[in-house]
Formats: sequence, structure tokens, C-alpha cells
Amino acid sequence: MKSILSEQQLAITIRRLAHQILETHIDLENTVLIGLQPRGIFLSDQIVAEIKKEFPSARVQYGKLDITFYRDDIRRELHVANQTDIPFSIEGKKVVLIDDVLYTGRTIRAALDALLDFGRPEKVELCVLIDRRFSRQFPIQPDYVGKSIDSIISQKVKVYWKKKDGREEVAILD
Amino acid sequence: MTLSAKHLLGIRDLTKEDISLFLQTAGQFKEVLQRPVKKVPSLRDVTIVNLFFENSTRTRISFELAEKRLSADTINFTAQASSVSKGETLLDTVNNILSMKVDMVIMRHSASGAPHFLAKHIPAAIVNAGDGINEHPTQALLDAFSIKEKTGRIEGAKIAIIGDIMHSRVAQSNIYLLKKMGAEVTVCGPPTLIPKYISEALGVRVNYDLKETLEWCDVANVLRIQLERQNQVLFSSLREYNLSYGISKKILDSLHKEIVIMHPGPINRGVELDSDVADSKQSIILQQVENGVAVRMAVLYLLAGRTPDNN
Repeated sequence: MKSILSEQQLAITIRRLAHQILETHIDLENTVLIGLQPRGIFLSDQIVAEIKKEFPSARVQYGKLDITFYRDDIRRELHVANQTDIPFSIEGKKVVLIDDVLYTGRTIRAALDALLDFGRPEKVELCVLIDRRFSRQFPIQPDYVGKSIDSIISQKVKVYWKKKDGREEVAILD
Repeated sequence: MTLSAKHLLGIRDLTKEDISLFLQTAGQFKEVLQRPVKKVPSLRDVTIVNLFFENSTRTRISFELAEKRLSADTINFTAQASSVSKGETLLDTVNNILSMKVDMVIMRHSASGAPHFLAKHIPAAIVNAGDGINEHPTQALLDAFSIKEKTGRIEGAKIAIIGDIMHSRVAQSNIYLLKKMGAEVTVCGPPTLIPKYISEALGVRVNYDLKETLEWCDVANVLRIQLERQNQVLFSSLREYNLSYGISKKILDSLHKEIVIMHPGPINRGVELDSDVADSKQSIILQQVENGVAVRMAVLYLLAGRTPDNN
């Protein structure tokens, strides 16, 4: 196991991602943030908290999206769905999708399909904590990146979250 | 997490974990049904045939909607308008349909065990939509989902099942499910409509007194008097049944608490349930129907993950 980001680095990176999103979406009225289930929501929770810290009076529209029913490998094994909670319309909105690790791009492909069932957004952007470069199977690129890494297929990139795993760290597992 | 069963033939064959997975997944599908586009592409590579050898409104429409909301291709079959009336056997009918590349079979049949028989002879996944007086598993799942949604729990809940227990597949499936999930169950009705050894066999209480039963329970699931399955006189008249076991506004108002009223439909208004009760705030009958689609989507979704090509 090789550590990529320590707890302290992770906190700084998340703060930077929140600020980068704010740079382009200074008027949050027309922007919605959507975390991807199951593990993207730990990142999106923290980004939303940072944004609220910066603009305590701003109304942040924040939802959670589960993409299980849109997967392209649905028949290979049984996938158990998680909660989707998008309590607002995304029609005409700028959407920032948030996930922990971008790898093949298949999850984001499914997320785009799922998202369009909630309305027609004006624009969709992608924010990820870790971008595993050169391993995409779909033409999908992130707009906000915590850290880009080079890894091989046999390796796994794991993000540990305090709420779920008891500690915060990003590591490569061989 | 996986399902232990390849088919859904009855609640009896399921584990507690299976039931929880069905109910949890149904919750996610209920959210899907609130979206602007109430449809997901999960089963777009799956073809499903609805084989209804017995009349049905709710269950057939509910299954068909569930299939369409999951993007499956569907074929409808009703026995009255088919070659069954020319004398074709069940197995021949189904094998002919399956040779046209069908992945799943939803079947309702008046013979108990018909879906179990099919499951032994054909490779497709089978969902029992009611077989004779045996089981109606999706009804039990949607009843449980509705109870949990309304009262917040199944484990420890006190559920009364009232009416024609003897001929009811809904009662049997409900009892299996509720007992597996840790609820307390009392059955209530005239002695002629309650099987003699039900308390030993299924672990439920029996109470022939309606008032006492209603006073005890949190939820009363009221069953339809199934005249079509009774070939002898088991009570003297519908009017007498209504007087002793019909749920009236008056008896509900005389209780010391407000209980939830359920009914699997179709209702015989004025027999097992008075109209003002069926349409009251205490009744969740229409919510049951609404939840039925989400529950059946969950069943189809989870079983389709195991279509024969992949296992």
C-alpha cells in the first residue's frame, strides 16, 4: 500500500476543489452540486461544507445520485442500489457532478444518463478527487481534479473516509 | 449481497436477508417513480411474458407498469384468448413462448403449485403472481413495504389478518413474511374460514373476536371473501358476515387507538369493509397499489440479474 494523500493533504485538496468550484460558480443561484453514491458523497459532503463556510448565507442546492440502475454491467453481478435524493429541478441549471475516483469513465457515463432523467441541465461539469490518468474507456475528462495519478490496471485506488472507514487517506493498493 | 433464490415462487423459500433486499430496493424504485422521467434502462435487454391464467386487474397492470418502467419488453398472455382453450398443456404453452427468447415469466394460475412445476421444467426466471390458495409473494412484499412506510417498522409490529384465511394466498404469504421479519401476527375470522392447525403450523395467534383483535393490533389487513374458491357454504350470508366480521366506522371509532387499515383488493364494499372505512384516512389501500409498482420493479430487477444466460 502506497499513500498518495495524507489526512492533512486531503483536507487542503478538498478546500482547493471547493474554491475552484466557487471561482467559476460565484453566483450559486443557478448551480447545483450532485454527489455520486456510494462513495462520492463523502467528498461532496465536505465540498458543500467548505462552500457554506466561505458563503454562510448562500443557498447551496445539493443532491445525491445513485447510478446503479443505469450501469452497463448490470447483468454481470447483482448491484444493490443506494438512495437518490435530488429535491430540486435541474432544468436549465449548471450541474457539478462530484465523485471520488475517475477511472474508466463508465460511472460518469451512467451518471449523465441518470441525470438527464431529472431534466435538461444547461451544463454539466465533473469534479473528482483522484484522476487515474490514461485509463479511460470513454471520452470523459474532469473539470476539477484533486490529484492526477498514474496507475496500472492491477492496482486499486482507495479513498478512506472518516465517516465510513474511520480515517482519511488516499492510497494505492497493489 | 445476493439473493438466495433464482425465482420468486413464494415467501416461504426466501431468507430474511432476501426480503430485506427486496424491500430496500423497492424504496429506491419508489424514488425513481417520483422523477420527471419515471423510467430506468436496467432491463432493456430483458423480455418478460405475463401469463395470466386467472383474472386480475391490479396485479397484471402493476407488473406491466413495473416492466415498462424498467424498459423491459413485455408480452401479455391471457388464457381466455389463447390456445389453452384448444387444450394445449401448460408446459407446451410456456415452452412455445420461451422458444421465442423470453427471459422471465410472470405467472398467475388457479392451481396451487403451478409456478413451482414450471420452475422445475424451464430455464427462465419465474415470478409467482398468485397460485391458487398457496402464495402471492409480491402482494406480501408490497404489504410489508406499506406497513414499514406507514408505521416505521415490521419487527415487533402487531398485524391482524382478518377474513377468509382458509382460501387466501395473500394471508399465507403475509404470514410467512411477517413471521420471518419478526412481527406478531393474529388471524381473525369465522372458525369455518380459519384452518384448524394454523397456529401450530405457522406460529400465529387465532382470535375469533373481531373487536379484541382490532384492539390488539397496529395494522389490520382485511381480506376479500373469495366466493369463487368456496365450494360449500362456510357462513350463512354475506350480510351476517358483515355484521360479525365486517369492519365498520363504528367499530373503529370504539377502539382506544387509531389503527391502519389495509386491503389487497378488490374490495367487496359492505361485506368485509364498509365504504366509509375503505375511503377513510386510516386506510392505506391506494398507497398499497402505488407501492406495488415499486416493489415489483425491485423483484424484477433483482431476479433479472440472474437470467439463465449468465448463470
